[in-house]
Amino acid sequence: MAVYTHDVLVVGAGLAGMRAAIEAARNGADVALVTKLHPMRSHSGAAQGGINAALGEEDSWESHAFDTVKGSDYLADQDAVEILTREAPANIIELERMGTTFSRVEDGRIAQRPFGGAGFPRTCFIADITGQAILHVVYEQVMKLGITVYEEYFCTSLIVEDGEVRGVVAMPLITGDLVIMQGKAVIMATGGLGRVYAPTTNAIACTGDGMAIAYMAGAPLQDMEFMQFHPTTLKDSGVLMTEGARGEGGHLLNSLGERFMEKYAPNKFELASRDVVSRGEQTEIEEGRGIDGCVLLDVRHLGEEKINERLWQIRELAIDLTNTDMVHEPVKVRPGAHYAMGGIKTNIDCASVMPGLFAAGECANVSVHGSNRLGGNSLLETIVFGRRAGESAARYSKEAASKAPVSEASLARDHTRIQQLVEGAGNSGERPAVIRGELGRMMREDVGIFRTKEQLESALAKVVELKERYQTVRLEDTGKVFNLDLLSIFELGGMLDIAHTMVAGALAREESRGAHTRRDFPERDDEKWMKHTIAHREEDGSPRLEYGDVTMTRWEPEVRTY
Amino acid sequence: MEIRLKVRRQEAQSEYSSYSDYTVDMPEGATMLDALLQVRDYDDGSLALRYSCRSSICGSCAMRVNGRARLACKTKAVDMANGDEPIVVEPLGNMPVVKDLVTDMDVHWDKVRQITPWVENSGPEPEREHLVTHEVMLDVSNALSCIQCGACVSDCPVLEVDTSFIGPAAFAKAYRFVGDPRDDTTKERLQGLSATQGGIWDCTRCNMCVEVCPKDIRPMDRIMQLREKAVAAGVKENIGVRHGNSFAGSVRRLGRLDEIRLLPESVGMFNVPRLLSELPGAWRLFRAGKLPWQSAIPFMHKPIPGIKHVQRLYDQARNQKKEQAK
Ligand SMILES: Cc1cc2nc3c(=O)[nH]c(=O)nc-3n(C[C@H](O)[C@H](O)[C@H](O)COP(=O)(O)OP(=O)(O)OC[C@H]3O[C@@H](n4cnc5c(N)ncnc54)[C@H](O)[C@@H]3O)c2cc1C
Ligand code: FES
Repeated sequence: MAVYTHDVLVVGAGLAGMRAAIEAARNGADVALVTKLHPMRSHSGAAQGGINAALGEEDSWESHAFDTVKGSDYLADQDAVEILTREAPANIIELERMGTTFSRVEDGRIAQRPFGGAGFPRTCFIADITGQAILHVVYEQVMKLGITVYEEYFCTSLIVEDGEVRGVVAMPLITGDLVIMQGKAVIMATGGLGRVYAPTTNAIACTGDGMAIAYMAGAPLQDMEFMQFHPTTLKDSGVLMTEGARGEGGHLLNSLGERFMEKYAPNKFELASRDVVSRGEQTEIEEGRGIDGCVLLDVRHLGEEKINERLWQIRELAIDLTNTDMVHEPVKVRPGAHYAMGGIKTNIDCASVMPGLFAAGECANVSVHGSNRLGGNSLLETIVFGRRAGESAARYSKEAASKAPVSEASLARDHTRIQQLVEGAGNSGERPAVIRGELGRMMREDVGIFRTKEQLESALAKVVELKERYQTVRLEDTGKVFNLDLLSIFELGGMLDIAHTMVAGALAREESRGAHTRRDFPERDDEKWMKHTIAHREEDGSPRLEYGDVTMTRWEPEVRTY
Repeated sequence: MEIRLKVRRQEAQSEYSSYSDYTVDMPEGATMLDALLQVRDYDDGSLALRYSCRSSICGSCAMRVNGRARLACKTKAVDMANGDEPIVVEPLGNMPVVKDLVTDMDVHWDKVRQITPWVENSGPEPEREHLVTHEVMLDVSNALSCIQCGACVSDCPVLEVDTSFIGPAAFAKAYRFVGDPRDDTTKERLQGLSATQGGIWDCTRCNMCVEVCPKDIRPMDRIMQLREKAVAAGVKENIGVRHGNSFAGSVRRLGRLDEIRLLPESVGMFNVPRLLSELPGAWRLFRAGKLPWQSAIPFMHKPIPGIKHVQRLYDQARNQKKEQAK
């Protein structure tokens, strides 16, 4: 059996993971990336719109921080937000120096576009391929530093000994044989969980693995009930039309041709924060002013030239997927599941509650987004906190005393699980896709933009039922090489666990805040609910909820309008 | 809508491959990826393929559909359907198969590593960002929107016969550095890329990479831009440039190609080993009557009638180019 040993293991090679690995390497650690996809296939590459930083002379990090805190509906931890926004400009400049091809203004400085919920145009971008372009550059640095990358290694679980995280178990897709990867520190950077919903803007690989793996090992998840619904996604596929379309001046119209956002956000219109815009759209649709269950995104007045220069990717996607050319006609969009505000609970140094386990990026929750994330702040989070995670983990790995190698028994559980699945391959159980499909539909219908007690109770019962059915899920592919069937069963197990925490958190939170809107509790209730939801996994797999304080430094909660 | 698929199946490291037939019922707008995932999820869980974003940005799902490399998630199944014939789905070419539609892309990534894939800049760092024009950044960003899916690598005929060829995608990546004003190793890069074996001059300009590229990167155009930049930077001591010069020279002199001189002028008059190595080929051409040996004889070496016109055109074009460069 193969055993690999490094100081720091980073699970996930999206922007957060690679940025973390670069920093760990710079701090002298022997670091390796473990990733189920080739780094360039990571979902960070799909980010279109941009990345925020207060670069302008009239702008300030305080103003960026205030917008972020207000956007979060005051649930973000303000110390973390201060770090995010204060460190943003230097991090963007560093990305530029590494070779990022940011779009420019006349005098050669980095251009910035307006984004939702922001008081200033502070979103840096590369046309509408921001994520792709940054991913290229960060991967270039990984190659430059010669960082080891275990490509197409699927991490199945954490190795924990005496309460300390000592490494991970992974399955190289090419051999299918589990391996032990030993590290003094492990950084989770596995990205989002969008696939718990169907449809979603997220890639098929965004199954929340890292959250589930950490949660299983004993690290709590925080604020899981907050799921962001992006206002502009294509109807059937769920594919995203960037917020940049509105940032550049695009309008949202209902079936009467009205710019309906005027009603919901009289000052900011389409550029209110995402929760506000999505609720506006959903209300229009439900009150009969939608078209095919959608509203219209209209960018025609921007003209072909600007669309081609700044929105080329989405123009093509709309043509490919809906036969709509945005230059000539508006495209039908609706709110779609997009971003998990919740994740593995960490402190501002990205350390989780478990010694040796760190987390950064979308799978983490340092709580910079609170109950609603601003567009352009997530890429920023991957870079700022990816870097901090790398630094913290490198430091931790140096201070950690050397220990005996982990025991081979660490992979026994996953090994047994695989054997059981292979042996049961002919059984009469259900295929993972069936359970996954039902989960996705249920989450969309009952744990969507508007929620009620009845819906959430039914959702809870459904999750429990699906978990039960999952026990006899049927594997079909019993081969070893590139067994994606097996992979999807592992992913599904994690997704069910995660969904459970989301539903339980949402049912318990009897208020409306940010992306969590309860029809039966329409107001924000600071007295009772200005607190983080913290979910621990019980033996039987169900979540136990606790609550934690929100850190406030300088911004008192106010009524939130746009 | 009923979609019939004929998918090539192959076990790891096995020489042997076969085809599996599937029929799936899909909505009208379904992509090839949707159809294949339908198979994987409900018909045959053992089918291996790569995918993730399903929005043509991650580059995972390139494969050959009806004989041509495409992104499965960007290709509508109905567009591929062809009467009663099933849609034929196969792995990318020019790389080993791992399983079914999954190939070993290291063929490509190794080439990327070969071109020093990061911006090199030894100068003093600016206080803030580098001040560069929007147009230049846009040009480089266009090259950066390459998703490294491997479609062009798969269908490149040069790679089929010469595995040392850097390949269209890696050249596009190289262009990203050469075209980036922040990189200060442009000349070294161009020298490296002009190398005899596998370099930019080995591209045959067949345009295949431009045709199959799902992201409109136009790799061949990037290669031509690299050639121009190389010549402009004075990187001329190589077969490619000499070949071009010999070609142009003979057209100006004779109004036609002087094949006999092309080879020695390209590889170098004194490059005896290389010249000798071409002899067997020349002999075969001669025997097939395809070697215009007459032109080797000085007095038979006549320009075409009306050569003056050719020369005027040639000089005009050349002057125009010079003007443009100014
Ligand atoms: C369509 C879209 C557009 C977006 N646009 C923007 C935007 O314009 N601005 C913005 O700020 N944010 C945007 N976001 C959000 C932002 O892109 C993501 O939150 C962010 O990129 C996540 O980065 P990450 O590094 O955490 O994860 P990812 O980039 O998703 O990377 C996850 C990595 O983890 C690996 N991994 C996962 N599970 C395992 C496992 N079990 N074993 C091994 N490896 C594993 C994967 O291989 C991958 O390398 C967008 C999101 C989407 C979906
Ligand atoms: S699945 Fe990402 S490019 Fe097709």
